[in-house]
Amino acid sequence: MNLEILLLLMVLPPLAGAALNGLLGRRFSQATVSLIGCGGVGLSMVFAFLSAWVYSKSSTQPAAFTYPYFTWIQAGQLRAEYALYYDRLTLIMTLTVTVVAFLIHLYSRGYMEHEGGYYRFFTYLNLFHFMMLTLVTAANFPLMFVGWEGVGLCSYLLIGFYFRKKSAADAGKKAFIVTRIGDAGFTVGVALLFWTFHSLDFQTIFKRVADLPQGELESVLTAAGLLLFLGAIGKSAQLPLYVWLPDAMEGPTPVSALIHAATMVTAGVYLVARSSIIFAHAPSALAVVGVVGCLTAFYAATIALTQNDLKRMLAYSTISQLGYMFLGCGTGVFAAGIFHLMTHAFFKSLLFLAAGSVMHAMGGELDMRKMGGLRHKLKITHATFLIATLAISGVPMFSGFFSKDEILAGAYESWVGRPWLYWLGAATAGLTAFYMFRSVCLTFWGKSRVDPGTEHHLHESGSKMTVPLIVLAFFSVVAGYVSWPRAWHGSEAFDRFLEPVFAPATKALLKTPYFHPVSLGPGALMGFSILAAAIGIGVALWWYLKSTDIPDQVAERYADLYRILTHKYYVDEFYNWLIVRPLCIVSDKFLWRVVDEGAIDNVMVNGTAEGTASLGDVLRRIQSGNIPSYATWVLLGAVLWLLYIFAAHS
Amino acid sequence: MVPLSHYLALSVILFVLGAAGFIFRRNIITVFMCIELMLNAVNLAFMAFSRFLGNLDGQIFVFFVIVVAAAEAAVGLAIIIALHRNRASLNIEDVDEMKM
Repeated sequence: MNLEILLLLMVLPPLAGAALNGLLGRRFSQATVSLIGCGGVGLSMVFAFLSAWVYSKSSTQPAAFTYPYFTWIQAGQLRAEYALYYDRLTLIMTLTVTVVAFLIHLYSRGYMEHEGGYYRFFTYLNLFHFMMLTLVTAANFPLMFVGWEGVGLCSYLLIGFYFRKKSAADAGKKAFIVTRIGDAGFTVGVALLFWTFHSLDFQTIFKRVADLPQGELESVLTAAGLLLFLGAIGKSAQLPLYVWLPDAMEGPTPVSALIHAATMVTAGVYLVARSSIIFAHAPSALAVVGVVGCLTAFYAATIALTQNDLKRMLAYSTISQLGYMFLGCGTGVFAAGIFHLMTHAFFKSLLFLAAGSVMHAMGGELDMRKMGGLRHKLKITHATFLIATLAISGVPMFSGFFSKDEILAGAYESWVGRPWLYWLGAATAGLTAFYMFRSVCLTFWGKSRVDPGTEHHLHESGSKMTVPLIVLAFFSVVAGYVSWPRAWHGSEAFDRFLEPVFAPATKALLKTPYFHPVSLGPGALMGFSILAAAIGIGVALWWYLKSTDIPDQVAERYADLYRILTHKYYVDEFYNWLIVRPLCIVSDKFLWRVVDEGAIDNVMVNGTAEGTASLGDVLRRIQSGNIPSYATWVLLGAVLWLLYIFAAHS
Repeated sequence: MVPLSHYLALSVILFVLGAAGFIFRRNIITVFMCIELMLNAVNLAFMAFSRFLGNLDGQIFVFFVIVVAAAEAAVGLAIIIALHRNRASLNIEDVDEMKM
């Protein structure tokens, strides 16, 4: 079969699943709903693998294909097709997305069993999957924007899944509105590109940019790059628009795993990687990407240190890891950013799903201070969570180690913020190891602090939930082996594989002073990151297993710092004071009282009614019922008409 | 020969009489006859123009008007009789039910 059909077959099944479940799901049994839901995503995964296989068999160059199916928008110069794009980057993205999504769908069968709205959940999840695939396979910016907004919509719907809970509904709104700020940047950026290149098509734009001599159109491309990155900041929860992601944990845990860890939030990284050539011709925009990513990584990691809510801690960790991905892209090693995207998708979704399993066992409790010693009861959950923790902490031989190390090596070689970005990144690696092991110690190890009430019904989740955990644990370990590091006489096959995609960008960057030759061998850098991870893990074990009174002493000693961290730097409060409160006041005092009630209700709605009524009251008097008076009016009219005719003719 | 203007003057006089009667008289029968007067004033004008222009169109119009007037007389008189039976009055000012 050819790729053109396979791609459609990959994208469409989840949409069909969403339509079936959405329209008829209410009447289906849970088994049917989950069969349709998982079946759609499963089919999509099968076709994703088939596409990858067919693609790798085809020997034609260039290795990127655009398949237009039909013209979607045509207005003057503007022309947008429903067209799908396939190259090696798409291949990686579709495989990662479909595999993780399929496993999470399987897990959701068990997790959502006793929750209401089973069919609604699967409808949204399938719709999300369709939109995500649209996003990563789109061949032009408008279609990508459809996917971009579509995943945002599904994220909103799923965060507010328990919409009767006010905090969940609010969190949904917050996510939707905050990401909207970034999306405004995205649209303006796309408009700027269209204005410059008169095209919206990826291949056309990227080719035109690649053909430009370095330095030409740099200001336009810098603006476009920064605007696109603003979209990425919103979607991928970077500074300063990260505030929605921790609140998004109000949604069901599979949603946090799929949307707010593995797939949707990485869309920004994908966007930057996809537009790599634009950023390569605007090095200052690329530097901004790297710096923002690095600062976010460190910043979010410091917040994660003090969080007691398991899912929120993981949310900050996600923000931090997304920062790493941007650090990778921003320092010019796009392949490393995408590599980390892939490994992170596996281990972070595993962390969330395992957290969901813990939550299930604990009857919805998420406070790590009320856990402890769970490893005896939740054996599989514990083992898989531990594997994911080792992966994210950067312990050698687990996937996160390889990808994080490539990013840090890239940061070291790059001109941007040299060498501060590297040291900040390495410090973040240590912090990551610390807070992840802190959570393992608090949750699974040590003495049990569980309520006696919940203690006795602690149980391992059923196989519907544990099987996906085990599969993801497998991937969390082996996903890194696809890019065995050079320092260990490997070939970094993953980077090689993506080389054709990023070659134009790398070529353009080499003409700028962006890269520096490494003076320190990559092996030494690796030693530093292992050391950072070891210190983080060691301190966590010492503080939370051995002498458990140290954390409290530290918190007391540095009380101010501790308070700032537990309050997440007061950013939410600051945004409330700066934006939300003034908006509410203006809305209440002006928009509601004056504009809505005064202008619209009184003047426009009631005013029209009253005006018509009083005019009618006047006109009513003409209709007296007295025939002679009618005759007088008719005569008067005729006379006036005649006068007019005479006047007009003379 | 009597010039056209004389006919038209007579026609105008008859029409104004009819219109004034229609507006100022109160008896329905009189009002009704005033309508006929106005119609016939118009007929006269039509006939005069027809004669002086040597064109038969005017005369055809007059026939139409006469037919309409006949039908109107039949219906109108029937209404007046029905009205008189109900109200025992022929004053036009007593009939002003049709108003807002």
